[in-house]
Amino acid sequence: MRKLVVVGNGMAGVACVDQILKYRHGFDITIFGEETHVNYNRIMLSSVLAGEKSFDDIVLNDIDWYQRNKIRTRLGVRIKQIAVNRRVVADTDGGEVEFDNLILATGSRAFIPPIPGVDKKNVFVFRTLDDTRALLARAVPGLRAVVIGGGLLGLEAARGLQVQGCNVTVVHLPGTLMERQLDATGGLYLRKRIEDLGVKVLLGCRTESILGNGHVEGLRFNSGENIDAELVVIATGIQPNVELAREAGLMVNRGIIVDDYMETSEPGIYAVGECTEHRGQVFGLVAPLYEQGQVLAATITGNRGPEFTGSVPATRLKIMGVDVFSAGSVHEAEPGVESLKFEDPAQGVYRKVVLKDGRVHGVVLVGDVSDDQRYVHWIKSGEDVCGMRRQLLFPPPAADGGLDVAQMPDSETVCGCMGVTKGAIINAIHEHGLTTLAQLKERTRASTGCGSCAGTCSRLLKAVAPDFEEDKIKTICACVPYSQDQLRGIIRSQKLKSAQDVLDIYGNGRGCEVCKPAISYLLDVVWCGDHVEDRSARFINDRVHANIQKDGTFSVVPRMRGGITSPAELRRIADVAEKYGVPLVKVTGSQRIDLLGVKKEDLPRIWADLDMPSGQAYTKGVRMVKTCVGSTFCRFGTQDAISTGVELERRLENLFTPHKVKMAVVGCPRNCAEATVKDIGLVGQDGSWQVVVGGAAGKGVRKADLLITVETTEEALEAAEVFFQYYREHANYLERTYDFVERFGIEKVRKDTVYAPPDAKRALIDRLRKSKDKSYDAWLERNNPRPAQFIQIEPLEVAK
Amino acid sequence: MTRWIKLTHVDNVPPREGRVVRLGTTQIAVFNTEQGFMAVENRCPHGGGPLADGIVGGTTVTCPLHNWRVCLKSGEVTKGCADGAPPVRTFAVEVRNGIVMLGVNAAEAAA
Ligand code: SRM
Ligand SMILES: Cc1cc2nc3c(=O)[nH]c(=O)nc-3n(C[C@H](O)[C@H](O)[C@H](O)COP(=O)(O)OP(=O)(O)OC[C@H]3O[C@@H](n4cnc5c(N)ncnc54)[C@H](O)[C@@H]3O)c2cc1C
Ligand code: SF4
Ligand code: FES
Repeated sequence: MRKLVVVGNGMAGVACVDQILKYRHGFDITIFGEETHVNYNRIMLSSVLAGEKSFDDIVLNDIDWYQRNKIRTRLGVRIKQIAVNRRVVADTDGGEVEFDNLILATGSRAFIPPIPGVDKKNVFVFRTLDDTRALLARAVPGLRAVVIGGGLLGLEAARGLQVQGCNVTVVHLPGTLMERQLDATGGLYLRKRIEDLGVKVLLGCRTESILGNGHVEGLRFNSGENIDAELVVIATGIQPNVELAREAGLMVNRGIIVDDYMETSEPGIYAVGECTEHRGQVFGLVAPLYEQGQVLAATITGNRGPEFTGSVPATRLKIMGVDVFSAGSVHEAEPGVESLKFEDPAQGVYRKVVLKDGRVHGVVLVGDVSDDQRYVHWIKSGEDVCGMRRQLLFPPPAADGGLDVAQMPDSETVCGCMGVTKGAIINAIHEHGLTTLAQLKERTRASTGCGSCAGTCSRLLKAVAPDFEEDKIKTICACVPYSQDQLRGIIRSQKLKSAQDVLDIYGNGRGCEVCKPAISYLLDVVWCGDHVEDRSARFINDRVHANIQKDGTFSVVPRMRGGITSPAELRRIADVAEKYGVPLVKVTGSQRIDLLGVKKEDLPRIWADLDMPSGQAYTKGVRMVKTCVGSTFCRFGTQDAISTGVELERRLENLFTPHKVKMAVVGCPRNCAEATVKDIGLVGQDGSWQVVVGGAAGKGVRKADLLITVETTEEALEAAEVFFQYYREHANYLERTYDFVERFGIEKVRKDTVYAPPDAKRALIDRLRKSKDKSYDAWLERNNPRPAQFIQIEPLEVAK
Repeated sequence: MTRWIKLTHVDNVPPREGRVVRLGTTQIAVFNTEQGFMAVENRCPHGGGPLADGIVGGTTVTCPLHNWRVCLKSGEVTKGCADGAPPVRTFAVEVRNGIVMLGVNAAEAAA
């Protein structure tokens, strides 16, 4: 067997080995990697820093992959020398390994400019997983962080640190952010968006030195100005790792020089990835490197033929809410180059299409990147677009939407981040009967990285899947273009705590009566009540804790747990009704009493006089638990419905839910309190309880599904609680349990709740308890009302 | 000629909310919007709903009763009615020294 040694266990090297394995190769493979980790997706380190992904999420090849393919893996080992004549590589521990063929895939490292003070403590670079972990360990809320460099990497680092709570400033020498990919106008739009997120941007600033005694305390600019900094990230570019090759006598310029077959100047030695230089070009993006890997795999396995001919650079910024895409050459300096532009400052949308000789030469998209792949296609194909100049800025759908995927060979990588080929996607579609993009993502991990291949994946699905369905992303409303599931993810990962922040950063900044209450609910549930409550985003009922009536008056329904009351309570209710001239007192359909027609200004005093908690009859929250008399008095009662119902109400009251939640507990299957048509019902049996969920007897009637049968009352209460919290976390706002249970299917609901692994169940209960601890009786706000909340303001002076 | 009447301290109308000020027999809904304070009559053209209790989005308020939307700058109904509704009466407001001032023209005040 021929011995193949690969130096560098990074994205390009391992992707190339993966391609080699597809051939009948006959190699005995050894990979050396200086990092101690298996091959991971370096691109996604930005998402790890921003808390969106964990390390496990970004592993590309786990240890099992190396073992299965009989690849000897030496991690944490650095190769320090290649003895070309003896055909061995030597590692830093003095060990030697022989090779017949050698692949150099050493990548690059952060370029550190020679600024005095860069060696101080708390000055970091952002290249490896270890760098990321070090940053995460240091980045505490309130820390002043400065990122030197306003390119893709610097901006992603800045956003990540900011999500961790740091006060971040980006310092950039040129006058435009991402100046290599954007023009000045595009840079301005990007800057506005970044500043809206709360990251400060300083342009045209040259850092003269890093200040501090041992550890960093600030930066000095050549203008003489200083800024404070407790953490600095240097993101000023990359430098290919070529020293090993140079010392071995290979031809090296900025990178290791390779030809169209990825051969270096030394026979039998090849190079791939960011360490290479091809026709004078070096690389900093992964897509062309995967192409190199495919070419090299063919060359090295004796299938020499495919050539690497360079590539079109295409960059997408991976910051949620900041859409920036750039491809090809975007500057108009060359002769014969012209451009078409569109600007919408209010929406933050900028588009520029650069044309040369009637062909698309480059494109800049800020704020709306939906057509990115169309432009890439035109740049690559070089087709004459003169005939459609008028539509070029907003191209109509392609006549043959499936053409570009039909032109792709099966071996072509569709998802660069996760290394998924067209062939692998087609296989998965057939094998698992996939019909939606969401399913495709879950199965193949395609499009779960930077997301730029989502369009291609959808077109592939459309072309291949017999039952293709467009992903229906149901956004809440036009103000915020995300689904509720996505928003939950955004709120969590971006650590957003107030409705206005969500609207400012991910929406139109204004919001409306549809999205504001929904966002308020999502914040409450994601942070278990530990969010910043913004009453302006709530419906009037939730501002005054009463239900508005058609004449602008309100209704008052105190909590009467389980429908149980007392003479003293009834007396207080009667007194209040008389004292405040309440026009209507009514027993409700939910076993409690409603005082209707109350004036807003009387509310706080009525609550005080009643001295009863709020029944939450005005909100999407826990309404009531109806009970029957049960074993307390009833001759058929088998379970104590009253005390169980009261306890259930106590455990859940004051919490908010996607829609109102009504419950009932009955002592036997005669079901006198209608538990089988409630959101949650407990039905007593001889020696057990049935817990039922998703029932309805409102606009429609639906018999509740059986969740589980349990022996003890405590188990029944816990099953109800687990379901309750699961509904809170997964249902859409304004989705009642009867729709939710139907959408998810009772089998899935059971699997995720009562049959969930103990720690998952525990976690649901823990979050419920956390929310419960934060919750309180809204009517206590009578002691501390918001400014002029209940009163009608009298003017400071009278109109004469 | 416009006369300015001192209504209330700005802190009584939190950002993106409305409050009612009574002026004789007229109820005025004063809003603290992202583009400054604005005021309209507190009566929805649909069924008289209390606009001050609505949810504010930018410079629009949604009536809490049946979700008609009213533009606070012009008083126009922007969503809800199928075949046009009369606009809501608007008032000029200004903030001086932390006090919201209402502009009433002399003819109106006399009436
Ligand atoms: C007062 C009461 C009627 C009564 O006089 O008995 C009532 C009154 C209203 N119901 Fe109800 N419902 C009342 C019990 C019920 C019941 C019976 C029950 O709870 O066992 C149901 C059927 C069960 C259910 O919830 O599905 C019921 C099904 C509805 C529905 C239809 C819900 C559905 O999805 O099918 C609505 C409309 C909605 O929620 O969208 C509704 C909405 C309303 C609203 C809130 C309409 C509104 O937005 O203004 C009424 C408010 C009046 C007020 O200010 O108090 N009410 N409503 C009852 C108050 C119960 C309480 O103590 O909290
Ligand atoms: C935070 C971040 C975000 C990025 N975002 C994007 C993006 O959105 N889109 C995009 O296309 N690209 C992005 N990139 C760039 C992309 O990650 C690189 O282009 C890609 O990883 C290069 O692959 P490579 O295999 O050539 O180098 P690397 O992945 O760096 O792998 C080289 C490996 O070789 C090891 N090595 C080096 N010398 C030796 C030696 N002597 N002995 C043993 N081992 C050695 C190194 O330790 C390293 O593990 C991003 C990079 C970073 C850091
Ligand atoms: S049934 Fe209709 S009218 Fe009667 S209280 Fe319920 S919502 Fe109002
Ligand atoms: S009263 Fe305002 S919308 Fe009906």
